[in-house]
Amino acid sequence: MNYLAAFVMAIISYALIDNVVLSRFYGICSFIGVGNKVKSSLCMGAAVAFVIIMAAAICWPLYNFLLVPAGVAFLDTIAAILVIACLVMVVGLVMKKFLPALYQSLGIYLPLITTNCAVLGVVSENIASNLDFGMAMANAVGTSVGFALVIFLYACIRVRLEASSTPKAFKGIPIALVVASLMAMAFMGLQGIGA
Amino acid sequence: MSNQERKEAFLSPLWKTNPLFISLLGMCPALAVTKTLEAAFGMGILFTLVLVCSNVLISALRKWIPEEVRTPSYIVVIATFVTLVKMFAEAFLPELYSTLGVFVSLLVVNCIVLGRAEAFASKNGVLPSLLDGIGNGIGYTIAICLIAVIREVLGSGRLTFGATFTFLADLNGGEKIRVPLLKGEGYDLSMSFFSSPAGGFLVLGIVLAIIVAVTNAKENKKKADARIAAKKAKELAAANAAKEEAK
Repeated sequence: MNYLAAFVMAIISYALIDNVVLSRFYGICSFIGVGNKVKSSLCMGAAVAFVIIMAAAICWPLYNFLLVPAGVAFLDTIAAILVIACLVMVVGLVMKKFLPALYQSLGIYLPLITTNCAVLGVVSENIASNLDFGMAMANAVGTSVGFALVIFLYACIRVRLEASSTPKAFKGIPIALVVASLMAMAFMGLQGIGA
Repeated sequence: MSNQERKEAFLSPLWKTNPLFISLLGMCPALAVTKTLEAAFGMGILFTLVLVCSNVLISALRKWIPEEVRTPSYIVVIATFVTLVKMFAEAFLPELYSTLGVFVSLLVVNCIVLGRAEAFASKNGVLPSLLDGIGNGIGYTIAICLIAVIREVLGSGRLTFGATFTFLADLNGGEKIRVPLLKGEGYDLSMSFFSSPAGGFLVLGIVLAIIVAVTNAKENKKKADARIAAKKAKELAAANAAKEEAK
């Protein structure tokens, strides 16, 4: 029971308090790049979530049951990036077959999930802080929820932002960063939950 | 490649095509490790090491890497050098390694490293790629150090040396070197907001906006100058024509 409570708390904490984009700074590029269509931001969130959860579920046993016993623990980064690249390829093929319209609309952002730091970040964090399998999965699920939530919220703000007149120098990325700063301030208000 | 082009490969990333400020790449580390100047500088060193090594090896192998699998090949090359740099940092700069945390591993998916491999090293020789790597590395280090100075001074009120590079503290007799700026004896004007993630986003956004504004102003001035010059030339031509007619 206690472990279950810790598990749920960890998911909430990784999703909201230690948010992946706004406080751990993973995946800023895709956050700023993709976020101007609400629907494609949701699909992107789902695709990234799938890759993060699968990568974490594959890399944890790979590291603990294969690399560590074989004495090659230092190969963790190379192994992780290969697993992630394969997963992204699989997601791309499945989407192309079953959801061709969505595949078209995500375009270049789909292969770029490989280089989304959120995915490698979660896997490396799990290894670096020696989490057990349950907590590693809590990290993966929480991070995915947090990422999807933030890019969805940001896409909604972005729709309004495009209709308003921003100062010329702030157009594009600078105003996006200022918006991210305001969102991060809002999420800072959640600090202290469960402490 | 001429000497001029080699010089350009090294010099232009320092400011004119700066990877962070102009190309807007590599934002994650620029936000995550810029809480203190020392961490940012350390990250800059490790980043430059990875970039230079991967640029050199990829440009040396560019004729043997098949077109279809080039991106995975680049990622494996980069991942190898990141692993080497990680081991180096863990052994010789343990405080820096623990401060930067997973962001050393995340150099594997850094858009600048991959971008330079794709855009430069895969098309140019070893020497220009080496220069391009050094130039981009220094340019990025300058950029993140600038962000870090702003954030550290505003956020903690002073610059601290010796917390991450402990040998600086050892040289100073075991004491960390503190430069009081906004915080000193009897006064404290620091705002811890700037050390928080939200402050990082705000500082980077405002710095980028200032750079855009300056670039725009320069371009406008150039355009205005060109317009005035064209007008003057026209007037001169008209005056000459009038003179001809008077004759």
